[in-house]
Amino acid sequence: MKRAMRKFLAGLGAISVLATSASAYAAQPVEWEMNFQPAATGIMHQITWFEHYTLWFIGPIVLLVFALLVYCIIKFRASVNPTASRTSHNTLIEVIWTVGPVLILLFIAVPSFQLLTAQYTPEEEAKITVKASANQWNWDYEYQTADTAEPLSFNSAVLHDEDRADAGKEDRALYPRLLAVDHEMVVPVNTMVRVLVTATDVIHAFAMPSFGIKVDAVPGRTNETWFNAQKEGIFYGQCSELCGQDHAFMPIAIRVVSQQQYDKWFAAAKTDVDAADKALMAEVDKPNSNKVAAAGN
Amino acid sequence: MAEAAVHSEHRAPYRGWVRWVYSTNHKDIGTLYLIFAIIAGCIGGFLSVMMRMELSEPGVQIFTGLAQMVYGMDPGAAEAGGRSMYNAFTSAHGMIMIFFMVMPALIGGFGNWMVPIMIGAPDMAFPRMNNISFWLLPPALTLLIISMFVPSAPGAYGVGGGWTIYPPLSTTGQPGPAMDLAILSLHIAGASSILGAINFITTIFNMRAPGMTLHKMPLFAWSVLVTAFLLLLSLPVLAGGITMLLTDRNFGTTFFEPSGGGDPILFQHLFWFFAHPEVYILILPGFGIISHIVSTFSKKPVFGYLGMAYAMVAIGVVGFVVWAHHMFTTGISLDTQRYFVFATMVIAVPTGVKIFSWIATMWGGSITLRTPMLWAIAFIFLFTIGGVTGVQLANAGFDRSVHDTYYVVAHFHYVMSLGSVFAIFAGWYYWFPKMSGYMYNSVIARAHFWVTFIGVNLVFFPQHFLGLAGMPRRYIDYPDAFAGWNHISSIGSYISAFGLLIFLFGVAEAFAKKRVAGASPWGEGATTLEWQLPSPPPYHQWEQLPRIK
Repeated sequence: MKRAMRKFLAGLGAISVLATSASAYAAQPVEWEMNFQPAATGIMHQITWFEHYTLWFIGPIVLLVFALLVYCIIKFRASVNPTASRTSHNTLIEVIWTVGPVLILLFIAVPSFQLLTAQYTPEEEAKITVKASANQWNWDYEYQTADTAEPLSFNSAVLHDEDRADAGKEDRALYPRLLAVDHEMVVPVNTMVRVLVTATDVIHAFAMPSFGIKVDAVPGRTNETWFNAQKEGIFYGQCSELCGQDHAFMPIAIRVVSQQQYDKWFAAAKTDVDAADKALMAEVDKPNSNKVAAAGN
Repeated sequence: MAEAAVHSEHRAPYRGWVRWVYSTNHKDIGTLYLIFAIIAGCIGGFLSVMMRMELSEPGVQIFTGLAQMVYGMDPGAAEAGGRSMYNAFTSAHGMIMIFFMVMPALIGGFGNWMVPIMIGAPDMAFPRMNNISFWLLPPALTLLIISMFVPSAPGAYGVGGGWTIYPPLSTTGQPGPAMDLAILSLHIAGASSILGAINFITTIFNMRAPGMTLHKMPLFAWSVLVTAFLLLLSLPVLAGGITMLLTDRNFGTTFFEPSGGGDPILFQHLFWFFAHPEVYILILPGFGIISHIVSTFSKKPVFGYLGMAYAMVAIGVVGFVVWAHHMFTTGISLDTQRYFVFATMVIAVPTGVKIFSWIATMWGGSITLRTPMLWAIAFIFLFTIGGVTGVQLANAGFDRSVHDTYYVVAHFHYVMSLGSVFAIFAGWYYWFPKMSGYMYNSVIARAHFWVTFIGVNLVFFPQHFLGLAGMPRRYIDYPDAFAGWNHISSIGSYISAFGLLIFLFGVAEAFAKKRVAGASPWGEGATTLEWQLPSPPPYHQWEQLPRIK
């Protein structure tokens, strides 16, 4: 029994390692994904670690309950055990199954509170602040810069199939259906970015799975979140609060590029976002590149 | 003592529709509740199968056509109308299953039937109030169903705000009358539940047979008592919240409207202050049923009876102070999140006590795997799965990633659809011989169990993977990478629907064949008072009160 359990746990570990390594190097989201998307920020690495960590508690608990049920059914079936015991109290065991879960919860709580605190403790001041305003059913991105005379702002909406050719986004692997947008939010890699999130009509939610962020866009309020992307590439998320008819059709796309590419794009985008995007794409979208870090959200 | 109780009236004083519509008899009203729950469950189940058909492949498959068919839209308008219709389906599915299927089945149905009998009372404390508790429900359900066919947002029909009806989507976002009808429906269903709760509390406190102290009371009665308190304390908060919604919509108030100094998040606090206790309302009576079944078919008294009773009390109390764990992404402060993480985790402890006590009840027993026991054992296992993902979700840092994804959908369906619903079917197969006097065909009942077990697990287990991979909930269409697991999930839904047909067939078969069940078909393990009465019990029981030693 014990050995079988240990064997199973070892197997479980092997599977989880396999699953992580397989997805970590995938340029594409795999069909039949069973795990988080590959992490692109430190916070998402921590969330992924925490999820795997909790599995080591909850997996064995489920298996224990399953094993005990099966054991009872086999060992105490009426044909084997015709006379039932009358035991209905055992203080020691009751104390054990009350204190045991408390200890397990403590083991979960400590890293959990650390993770939660980390999510609200950016390591440094943000270098870039982008305000994301949600509308039914698209996003407005506004780059808040010292240069107030020429703020950069543009709208980002889902890319329709008929617009793919014009936008130069015919590669469906790089620009998947329902995830690709007309104008991505562009940010430099390894840079602290603050996102101020609000909405103009109903509640929406700004979510980027591979960055480990999700925050509601609430009319009349401004919520703040931050990320520091460690990988270049194009990352996809989707609106995550029911917002009406086209809730499923207002994706969020963030393109992470080098600082130099970002500077160039930012300067050009102030006058013409379309042209700036195209120039940037010509530089970063190489055929069969491995830059789609998190498509398929 | 049982024999003494039986000699009284055996038959209802009225025949035909008068008996049912005017009924003040707890057993007749319980039967009405159960029939109502089966009908509502079929409607809610139909909606879910439509949604799974839609989601079986990427792209929009059926809702454009449905919108043309049902709303008579032209093909152009039906594309947008169909997307709204999908939202109306998810919203109606949630509201119907919660307010019109699980609650009427567990509290109104089994509660009404069994609580008075189990505590040795002749009827409920307020029989006429019991009547109106039930008869408020059909108009409430009717209003909700009508709401699916009247305008909400421009070019859309039916409430598309989810069962959570967050403003502003439920106020300025959907100005049409659909939302008003749904709000009135919830008001009426809420009034029905408050009246029912008052009735149960009064009955249990005042009408227990001589010698039946609270600490000797069967666990199902305990579970209904705790549930009734949760209802009584939480529903008025919902009523207040949705009344504010109603005045925001129609009378120019701005409780939830930022431009008038209101706050949309306020509604979420009010809603979840009700809705978190509500999810325990949906499961606690199930806990009581499972305790009886496990004890009966292990031929052993419930292990740790007092621990079991007070675990439910603890779950009920703590259930009132964890509501904002549904709101971790709304922008509530770090300290608020820390508190709600902590409080939510605490609930795992009494829940663990219950799971382990059920297993300890089986331990050393003499177990027969009759149909109710199959459902009960499956309940324990599946509820454990839903419970442990709940422990994960309690952690705000982790919840950030899976909030509003299919991970949450999988979690709450494991505790509701595989928890509460399995408890309902366990109770059904346990008490059906008592309530009807007939024994069902156990081959059909077992087929129902296995088909449902396989079906619902196929529906919901893959949704964990979809959620982790990032698929948001309430989506009519999804990126192509999610196609695989969605397809499996849809196949599971068809299998579950087939299971429901087997259930209905089994019920019809039992009534057609009329196999006499006898007073106590489950043998010596069934020790609660209902098994001392004949099956079905006389129209009025316990005219001479049973004495409990």
